[in-house]
Amino acid sequence: MTTFWPWLSLVGLGAFHGVNPAMGWLFAVALGLHRQSRRAVWLSLIPIAIGHAISIATVLAVFVAFGTALDPNSFRVAAAMLILGVAGYSALYGRRHRVRIGMQTGMAGLALWSFLMATSHGAGLMLVPAVLSLCLADRGGELAIASSLPLSLAALAVHSGVMLAVIAAVALAVFEWLGLAALRSAWINFDRIWTLALGATGIALLVQ
Amino acid sequence: MATWRPDPSFYPSPRMAAKAPKETLAYVAAFDPERARPDAIAVVDVDPTSPRYSQIVGQVDMPNVGDELHHFGWNACSSCFCPNAPHPHVERRYLIVPGLRSSRLHIIDTKPDPRNPKIVRVIEPEEVAERANYSRLHTTHCGPEGIYVNALADRDGNAPGGIFLLDHQSFDVLGQWEMDRGPQKLAYDFWWHLGHDTMITSEWGTPDTFENGLVPEVLLGSKYGRRLHFWDLHKRKHLQEIDFGEEHQLVFELRPAHDPTKAYGFVGCVISLKDLSASIWTWYRDKDRWAVKKVIEIPAEPADPDLLPPVLKGFSAVAPLVTDIDLSMDDRFLYVSCWGTGDMIQYDVSDPFSPKETGRVRIGGIVSRATHAKAPNGALNGGPQMVEISRDGKRVYFTNSLYGAIDPQFYPEGIDGWMVKLDVADGGGIAFDENFFVDWPKGHRPHQVRLEGGDCSSDSYCYP
Repeated sequence: MTTFWPWLSLVGLGAFHGVNPAMGWLFAVALGLHRQSRRAVWLSLIPIAIGHAISIATVLAVFVAFGTALDPNSFRVAAAMLILGVAGYSALYGRRHRVRIGMQTGMAGLALWSFLMATSHGAGLMLVPAVLSLCLADRGGELAIASSLPLSLAALAVHSGVMLAVIAAVALAVFEWLGLAALRSAWINFDRIWTLALGATGIALLVQ
Repeated sequence: MATWRPDPSFYPSPRMAAKAPKETLAYVAAFDPERARPDAIAVVDVDPTSPRYSQIVGQVDMPNVGDELHHFGWNACSSCFCPNAPHPHVERRYLIVPGLRSSRLHIIDTKPDPRNPKIVRVIEPEEVAERANYSRLHTTHCGPEGIYVNALADRDGNAPGGIFLLDHQSFDVLGQWEMDRGPQKLAYDFWWHLGHDTMITSEWGTPDTFENGLVPEVLLGSKYGRRLHFWDLHKRKHLQEIDFGEEHQLVFELRPAHDPTKAYGFVGCVISLKDLSASIWTWYRDKDRWAVKKVIEIPAEPADPDLLPPVLKGFSAVAPLVTDIDLSMDDRFLYVSCWGTGDMIQYDVSDPFSPKETGRVRIGGIVSRATHAKAPNGALNGGPQMVEISRDGKRVYFTNSLYGAIDPQFYPEGIDGWMVKLDVADGGGIAFDENFFVDWPKGHRPHQVRLEGGDCSSDSYCYP
């Protein structure tokens, strides 16, 4: 069962990314409230999920490309250092960056917003250890493009599917029943947890 | 420092903010018109159950003289909840306090003791000029990209004035906000419709036309500001200009609806060259453009020329001089300060195109010199000026000084500062709280009021 935990972690990260208000469900709820339309909530979730998936896919594609070209061990260390670097930068300067897309944006703008939010938060990087271990387990310590590509796509599909399910569930619950007052107390500092998670990812990769 | 939970004074919507607890303290900008002693931020006790109710209980002096403190605001507010740029884990803690004359920016920490605020950083005018090319800092708002500060002039004191950004944690000057300013030159106030991605700016004049008082030739030549500018808030691009016409001068305070789904707001115009009247205009979305409509006209009052300052003698009338307005959190009541006549008027603006007067009180005034139950000397000077409303809409505070160089043009014997409070009846109607009167200490005059935890002109919202 060595390949069980990477899938589980992909599911867990999908849920984690989905729950974070900064990854889109809150934007969908806001647009629904503005347009007084449940349909607007549902429709907004689609570009948000697509933007997130494209961001993750881009990161995984880059990693697969480098991973198959480099020695697996030095690749692992390099990836870990990059992730730790991003975590450190987020902790120190993450607040500086604001995606300049507003409440009147259309579907393409929402997808772009989601892509930029996921990318700038290093969402894809968080998946690297899980995907890497899947690819390595499959080939007994070698990264090969032939197997890494379908495995990465499967990982992307699992992660994105869970993320979409979670943003849909949370958006629906908040829009239909909970309301926004809960944000005032229930919105714990995801940026901080996120940075810690990213740091943990880097360390896990380093000591793997 | 980031927190684990959102600041408890942030509210996703104006409806929720209206249920906030009552304020117990007010921060008030106070300046010395003689520019001899430092200006200050005073802390006024506004808790009716406190033994020191209606007294100044704390004060922080600026490190220099001659800043002319005027408007100020918070480092962070309810807009941190906005879904497109969410960052609610910061504290509403620091007051951003510009000097209008000095262009110096003070960062004042209201914790741990809110009655004893401390200056934690001073940004010198050279730094603002170097990084943003602006001077004469005027209004601040916390918003989606950090802290926005506007300036009435460039670094050399000429047009254009504009807006620059501060980092909301380090308070470093990040640079000029505008990417494409189009025809905009003059600046005064700014605010936005977060739900409509729109920034709005208004106009006063360049420093050479106000720092030594209003210049009659400039006014009569209709050379002061008379336009509104509409901008794309995120692309930072000028979209549209609306000219109020030659008759109208000094287009000042902008009060957009708090409900982010509503695309309208109110702006006051100080004076009409035709008949000295003041006016309130509603801007609104008309299909794909912005438009304005004059919705209130407040006439000048005939008066004995012997009682008038030189600038008004020839007209035999007191101009109302609407110099500040404020909109309640539920967008229902608009308060209008008539600094000339001494009236504070409450309008029901539920229908923004058809305001109805629901209350009026008079205090001070160029001719009326109306008094207050708790005033120590019968005849008050100055008139209703900077006005602030509690989040629940039940209490209204205001002060009586406009601007150091302009005060003596309309009140030649000078202004003795005061701050008063109104109680608002349910459904409309206003009356003085007879127990609240701050007889401002001599040597300082009070200007803008900010209430603990936020007020009706400090926060903006992304959810209805």
